[in-house]
Amino acid sequence: MTDTAARRAAEREFTVRERTQLQLTVRRFLRHRLAVASLFVLILVVVFAFVGPLLWRYDYAQFTPDNSVAPSLKHPFGTTEDGKDELALVMRGTQQSVKVAVLTAVAATAIGAVWGAIAGFYRGLVDALLMRFADLVLTLPLLAVAAVLAGNTRGSWWLIAIVIAGLQWAIVSRIVRGVVLSLREKEFIEAARALGASDTRIIFRHLLPNAIGPVIVNATILVAVAILYETALSFLGFGIKAPDTSLGLLVNNARTAVDTRPWLFYFPGLFIIVIALTINFIGDGLRDAFDPRQQRIRQ
Amino acid sequence: MTEPKVLEVADLTVEFPTEDGVVRAVRGVSWTLGAGETLGIVGESGSGKSVTSLAVMGLLPAAARVRGSVRFAGRELLGLSEEALSDVRGQGISMIFQDPMTSLNPVYTAGHQIIETLRAHRRGMSRQAARERAVELLDIVGIPSPAQRVDSYPHELSGGMRQRIVIAIAIANDPEVIIADEPTTALDVTVQAQVLEALERATDETGAALLLITHDLGVIAGHADRVGIMYAGKLVETGTVEDIFYTPRMPYTLGLLGSLPRMDRPEGRLTPIAGSPPSLLNLPPGCPFTPRCPLAADVCDATEPPLIGTGRPGHDAACHFHDRLVDAAAGEVFATTSADAGGEGSAP
Amino acid sequence: MTAPSAAAAPPSDPAGGAADRPVLEVRDLVKHFPVRSKSVIRRQIGEVHAVCGVSFDIRANETLGLVGESGSGKSTTARTLLNLQPATSGAVMFAGRDLTKLSRADMRPLRRELQIVFQDPYAALDPRISVNEIVAEPLRIHRSFGADGRGQVRELLRLVGLNPEHGNRYPHEFSGGQRQRIGIARALALRPKVLVLDEPVSALDVSIQAGILNLLRDLQEELGLSYLFVAHDLSVVRHIAHRVAVMYLGRIVEVAPAARLFGSPAHPYTQALISAIPLPDPRRERARRRILLTGDVPNPISPPSGCRFRTRCPKFAGQLTEPERNKCVDEVPELVDRGTGAPVACHYAEPLHLLDSPA
Repeated sequence: MTDTAARRAAEREFTVRERTQLQLTVRRFLRHRLAVASLFVLILVVVFAFVGPLLWRYDYAQFTPDNSVAPSLKHPFGTTEDGKDELALVMRGTQQSVKVAVLTAVAATAIGAVWGAIAGFYRGLVDALLMRFADLVLTLPLLAVAAVLAGNTRGSWWLIAIVIAGLQWAIVSRIVRGVVLSLREKEFIEAARALGASDTRIIFRHLLPNAIGPVIVNATILVAVAILYETALSFLGFGIKAPDTSLGLLVNNARTAVDTRPWLFYFPGLFIIVIALTINFIGDGLRDAFDPRQQRIRQ
Repeated sequence: MTEPKVLEVADLTVEFPTEDGVVRAVRGVSWTLGAGETLGIVGESGSGKSVTSLAVMGLLPAAARVRGSVRFAGRELLGLSEEALSDVRGQGISMIFQDPMTSLNPVYTAGHQIIETLRAHRRGMSRQAARERAVELLDIVGIPSPAQRVDSYPHELSGGMRQRIVIAIAIANDPEVIIADEPTTALDVTVQAQVLEALERATDETGAALLLITHDLGVIAGHADRVGIMYAGKLVETGTVEDIFYTPRMPYTLGLLGSLPRMDRPEGRLTPIAGSPPSLLNLPPGCPFTPRCPLAADVCDATEPPLIGTGRPGHDAACHFHDRLVDAAAGEVFATTSADAGGEGSAP
Repeated sequence: MTAPSAAAAPPSDPAGGAADRPVLEVRDLVKHFPVRSKSVIRRQIGEVHAVCGVSFDIRANETLGLVGESGSGKSTTARTLLNLQPATSGAVMFAGRDLTKLSRADMRPLRRELQIVFQDPYAALDPRISVNEIVAEPLRIHRSFGADGRGQVRELLRLVGLNPEHGNRYPHEFSGGQRQRIGIARALALRPKVLVLDEPVSALDVSIQAGILNLLRDLQEELGLSYLFVAHDLSVVRHIAHRVAVMYLGRIVEVAPAARLFGSPAHPYTQALISAIPLPDPRRERARRRILLTGDVPNPISPPSGCRFRTRCPKFAGQLTEPERNKCVDEVPELVDRGTGAPVACHYAEPLHLLDSPA
């Protein structure tokens, strides 16, 4: 009798669909059509920016004999007044902008997450000091500070990214602190304490991995924000410097030519909008995917 | 049962569409509630006991698909308009939930809420008369110094007091039926005893029938006349309280009683039921208890047994082998083997 | 019925020698929580008297049940005892040291010996870590995850009745009872002497509870563990505890071997508690003598003077004379043996027979 029961239990054990947290998250993300479509478009843009230059016949720094040519088969995005191929420029610009944006997001997220986790975990005086400092950073007029600091960056993309990240991490730290404040009351944190785990272990092994949802969502938003800031900085002349280029710089250079050579303005502009929009949609999708309230109905 | 039936549920089915498929929370449940009678519905989490009561009250979310029939005093409730239903809820059937704050409005005094309920259905009643009646009702449910408590706000009262206010509101309009869904689960035992006492007095006073839904077999033992055991969305055994507790004929009921620690019976090991309840999603054919059942045979995998008579009037069990449980003890049927130490099956 | 007699028999023979020496002694443990105002300057405006002078022993290979309703301070006692929160005063003696005086660093090596299993198996396991890693964590923390670490983890999973093959799954893939087993495996990884079980079965369905209770009994026998079993459910405690301490509003009101406590409770609160727990037996349940309490547990910020139970005590309300009552109001009843054979904190303690054993 019990043999039968055990066998049946065993059978049931193995017919249960196994699903990890990750699989569940991916499933929920895939249901968000706009986000999936955005992800697809964004991948195309990234491939275009990083693989495109290897295949395209012109280099972004190369002067072609064609000056100020409107889009054609030879120059799909047209050329600039000094004969550079706009398609090559946009590819290089997108590359630089994406690099700045990703580094910004990674750096700001890393600093902010640790900062917020420490504040939320220790509370009290540590929390007060860390968060007042974060508040101070938040009150700084970002564009002005970035402009002053970035003026000394000599157009290096990673320095620009660090400057933007240096002002953006405070937002991340606020978010992570909030999440950690609620997580630290969970029993599994108390369990780790009862096992004798060190604070470092609790923060890095238990708190931060569980705050991953909001952190990732915010990181995508940061990518979009950083693209826009880099554009703004380059537009103001504090970002990437010629002969290198970025999307912001391209738009800036073309602003006097909107009427005469509109392709120089609209193509890089279009890319800025596409990147910012798709990343925002992906962020929406990720937020829904990580949201525990999206769990399927359980009775 | 000779007394008239106030509430008749026939072949009730409730399904929830989810992203993974359809969850069949209630799979054809039928029972009747006689006037003044107390019917206890017992089940573990996920057995469908609460969904059944919500379906009766028409309180399920719109996404739920409800089929079957729920007749109150001969009138079909399924498919009634929200307006007609709320009329029934106010006058004929009252409901008591686990958390009293779901029924109480935090911004009004207890008295105000009882008076509102009284006057909503009795236009002619004066404010003064309603207030007097409210104090009376609070006294019935065992609230000390009711004349003062009538002006208390819910947040000024303890959980047990709040639940008693809810009971007072529930009986304000002399309902025919009170549905109490885990009314004491959130309370401490000494307070639970007080609230159950209040509930008993309330039903005595109004003559209302009580549908008592709980996971606690002890509460059922003390308060129910008849009992229905639910498992995986179905009633698997029904009978008088004595039938169920002394001569269970469905292995699940027997196992449940055997796994219960008892204050008056400390000796010996408990007899757990191996495994855990099935997911109500994609339920395989056959008896849903089969994977945990020591009596299981091939027929159990093939066909789900209907709820059929066991030979005693009113005592039905849904088991192909119910006759093998005559005079069986849980410890013998559920031999504690590896299944005891074994896992409870993967969560769905 | 394969009743493990060693674990089931109440420890009525206190002549057990070394085995009877307490493993852990709690003396006058006090824990107050500050209550602060909600204004900008958060002044302390009062104190929650969660635990007020609690003393008890846990002996080797014994289960002490710590019973009480919400607000009784039973869980706070357990957590303070493990030094998960600092004690206000008092001492917890373990292996010749007072745990309440130890720093976190000094406490760490002792954590190997003292472990805890939590109530909610859903909240007590980190959802992002696989079961293997959850069970391995204590070993890693104490640097004893050696070459055979994986083997140890498999052995632990087997010990609590789980399939070691499932070790790389995540907590959400397991049912409540299985998760509780994972929590037990984690607590056992360091081979502790004392296990604090904080309501380990109250979040589980009945049919699952029994398996966990049996497992705990088997483990105690096999590994020689001492348990502090914190619970609100007296039926569960009856099944697993050798001795039982009943708490009310931060104080222990009665301690006795289980059989005596359930057979002839002497404190009016214990009596009311036992009479309030429903028996799953219709005839007995309906024929029982009931002691109904009135009112609710008083606010622990300003507990009643003298005996804390007097505001709800049926004896105080119905049987005592005025001078007798004055004693309840003025004098805190000590937890001492008053001729009933076990310590009880009531001036007018009187054993009462409330439960019959079934024929």
